Amino acid sequence: MEPVMAVVIGVIYATAIYMMLRRSIVKLVIGLILISNAANLLIFTVAGMTRDAPPLIPMNGDPLGDVIADPLPQALVLTAIVIAFGVLSFAVVLIRRAYQVVGVDDLDQMKDTDT
Amino acid sequence: MSPEVALPILIPLTAGALSMAFWRSRLMQRLIGIAGTAALLGVGIWLFVSVQSQGYVIMNAGGWAAPFGITLVADLLSAIMVVLTGIIGFAVALFSLPTIGRGHETFGYYPLLHLLLAGVAGAFLTGDIFNLYVWFEVMLLASFALLILGGERAQMEGAIKYVTLNLLSSVIFLSAIGLLYGLLGTLNMADIARRIALVEDNTLIDVIAVMFMISFGIKAAAFPLFFWLPAAFPLFFWLPAAYHTPPVAVSALFAGLLTKVGVYALFRVFTLMFNQSVDFTHEILLWGAGLTMITGVLGAAAQFEFRRILSFHIVSQIGYMMMGLALFTPLALVGGVFYILHHIIVKTNLFLISGVVYRLKGTHDLKRLGGVYKAWPLLGVLFLIPALSLAGVPPLSGFFAKFVLIRASIEAGHFTITVVALLVGLLTLYSMTKIWAEVFWKKAPEEEDASKAMAPVATRHLWLMLLPVVGLAACTVFIGLNGQLLYDVAEASAAQLLDPQAYIDAVLGEQP
Repeated sequence: MEPVMAVVIGVIYATAIYMMLRRSIVKLVIGLILISNAANLLIFTVAGMTRDAPPLIPMNGDPLGDVIADPLPQALVLTAIVIAFGVLSFAVVLIRRAYQVVGVDDLDQMKDTDT
Repeated sequence: MSPEVALPILIPLTAGALSMAFWRSRLMQRLIGIAGTAALLGVGIWLFVSVQSQGYVIMNAGGWAAPFGITLVADLLSAIMVVLTGIIGFAVALFSLPTIGRGHETFGYYPLLHLLLAGVAGAFLTGDIFNLYVWFEVMLLASFALLILGGERAQMEGAIKYVTLNLLSSVIFLSAIGLLYGLLGTLNMADIARRIALVEDNTLIDVIAVMFMISFGIKAAAFPLFFWLPAAFPLFFWLPAAYHTPPVAVSALFAGLLTKVGVYALFRVFTLMFNQSVDFTHEILLWGAGLTMITGVLGAAAQFEFRRILSFHIVSQIGYMMMGLALFTPLALVGGVFYILHHIIVKTNLFLISGVVYRLKGTHDLKRLGGVYKAWPLLGVLFLIPALSLAGVPPLSGFFAKFVLIRASIEAGHFTITVVALLVGLLTLYSMTKIWAEVFWKKAPEEEDASKAMAPVATRHLWLMLLPVVGLAACTVFIGLNGQLLYDVAEASAAQLLDPQAYIDAVLGEQP
């Protein structure tokens, strides 16, 4: 499973970077969304994927078996998703406002701050 | 239990929540702004005193033992940074009273200010690498919102660049954390440091180290490696692009604190965790430091706008701090810590002065400014103190910081960086002289349109604006006159940084 995931993650990173290099600010945000998901998948994969072994103690109180999935990366990914959601929703609002103020969807036209 | 480690985070968070509760009352928000930042400064000093007596102050959140729970750790460097956060927060809150307009205040300027300070303090105090990421994001979200308050065109454009680059750097940081966790199975920084020492093949660790370097380098606004030519434009220029657009109080806060969080993270990570292949990582840092210094100062020399010049100087000063870390000798680290200490105060002060000048004259353009010294001699003197200190003129604080760094570079035998540092110091003096000559000394140019002249500022407001400026200038002079005192603090802090084993033992308890 890991090799497949590695390829998938690599493709998502590449796509995201390609999108961020485009001039359109909408594509820029799409790139940001993709790249944060790629990072989440990376954490999830790199920490080791374990099948059919949820880290839950059964009702009868038996201790966990030898093979369990590591719960920590799942917690990390969950936190990262929430943070990314907040930041990206801000970014979406930002590009909408920027579009309203500047009137173009083209980073090359946004040169007020460069001299 | 050591509440003083958690309080620097809790106080701004509480103050922020309280200001939200008084959303409609500007008066209450202002009062909370002053009281909250003053309390932060007080707690910072308390933390500093107890760190000085105990060495390390540690708190495990929720009572979970060290490698499992989230640990808050304060060593001397963290404590110094928290005190500086308090000083800058308080100064900026005071400066905000007369300068931040009604529009900003009614749209949540004060809650965002507190949230930003909480994020900064959290980043300084956490002992957990993922928690560091979370505090970075808290800080970034607050800074994004502060940056676009007002909604002008330049702000929007600056914000898009700032947001994109910071998100990219966060993603690199997050990916590096993921890889590190996959390799070592822990997130506690002390535990990571302990386990890294046991890894035999350093190749992967080095790759992760470079990822951290890139991420924090972007956050510190300094990263001109060998690929700097294509990359430099966004990486360097997000800083000046983002910093000259918002109100001065906001840019002062950003200039003083935000980039320094990146520098702090570099110091923390590259002394505690990635110290096993110094030849490789710190060599890159040294090159980065030198190129950062040069590009920053040359950028500043080409500018003719008050705040832009200052912004580019941040870039070049970051180079000095990185140089202290990159040389990685005890003396160099002392210089680096001293430089951070001096720089935060001086740079914030310069930005505040640019704000006062703007308020008096209505422009940041050097060509349209002039005659400030004749009209307000006190302001001229107040500008000279931080400006000369930034350039490293004795007996002000910058002189000692530069002196220690340059001496360390000679002792370490890196003469190229010595030459670069001296040259950059000279060019810094040139920039400061340029500002002095254009803004303060030359005759005010004739205003072709009399209606453009600024309405006179109420004396009461002017004094309120000058209060933090005078306070910070006094700090600069104090550091200059009591160099030995602060040198001792910086030396103790550098000694702690160079002894990661003590940090590990303090956090994890003595290991057999």
